[in-house]
Amino acid sequence: MEEQNKLHISIKAEKIFNLFGFDITNSFLLSLLVLSIFVFGAFIYYYQSKFKNKGSFYYFINFIIGSLYNLFYSVLKEKTDYFFPLLASFFLFILLQNWAGLLPGVGSILLKIKENEEIVKIPLFRANTADLNTTLALAIISVFLSQFFSIKYLGFRGYLEKFYRLKDPMSFFIGTLEIISEFSKIVSFSFRLFGNIFAGEVLLVIIAFLIPFFLSFPFLILELFVGFIQALVFTMLTAVFISVAVSKHH
Amino acid sequence: MTPEVAKFFATALTIAIGSIGPAIGIGMIGSKAVEALGRNPEAESAIRTTMILAIAFAEAVAIYALVVALIIKFV
Repeated sequence: MEEQNKLHISIKAEKIFNLFGFDITNSFLLSLLVLSIFVFGAFIYYYQSKFKNKGSFYYFINFIIGSLYNLFYSVLKEKTDYFFPLLASFFLFILLQNWAGLLPGVGSILLKIKENEEIVKIPLFRANTADLNTTLALAIISVFLSQFFSIKYLGFRGYLEKFYRLKDPMSFFIGTLEIISEFSKIVSFSFRLFGNIFAGEVLLVIIAFLIPFFLSFPFLILELFVGFIQALVFTMLTAVFISVAVSKHH
Repeated sequence: MTPEVAKFFATALTIAIGSIGPAIGIGMIGSKAVEALGRNPEAESAIRTTMILAIAFAEAVAIYALVVALIIKFV
């Protein structure tokens, strides 16, 4: 079926080569590329902040970070300063990874790889957030950090009281459900991001396959929008969960 | 019914049934947002942001169905 249509859709990231026992996948390669650009941009921003005459790049980044700060301030209020580095780097990382998947060449440059005595063609790059490993890692970081901050702000006793209270026998049932819902957050976080970006890639492939001219363009704009919205949803949800986790139960 | 045909049916039904709920949900979110806008036009930006966030959550359910359909189809 796939051979006839020449449609290449793989739900997992594919291995390109093996480095000291680690499988280097195509999504990891693009992730490294984007991350190095991200770090490079951060260093430029840092060095420009020391100059007297700052460049337009500095003010552009400042504008983005300022708007993000105002956005999170509406959720976290006076605690924003403490959580801002985490949330802003979540947002910028996910946004850049989502948009990197839309660049020309991602998914269209193929490599010939010998696998079990037969030659298969796999794409050299793949959007990092269209790989479930990445989104799962981000989700685990987000959920476990919100538990960690809860213990840090409320103390271990206060943290346990969010789930189980001795005065209230009903809480033993509800608290168990709450704990299950904490774990289900990991699943919903990771699948929401993965599903949206992966479905976008599949949509673009299929549209380009049906009508090769012009029609991809509006869908590309849609995917830019979806990438932005998903990055925003992920970080806003993390912000809301953290703000719930660090506030006292009453 | 051969296994291959069953697979096609499963793929189609997963996405078809799975998108009913989100479709109703997004429709309700949109209609309520327009209603709120009619009552309070000054709050347009706040309503828009909340609406887009709510739509993204409702849409995520359809995306789960789509991922499951794609897994059935391609794995």
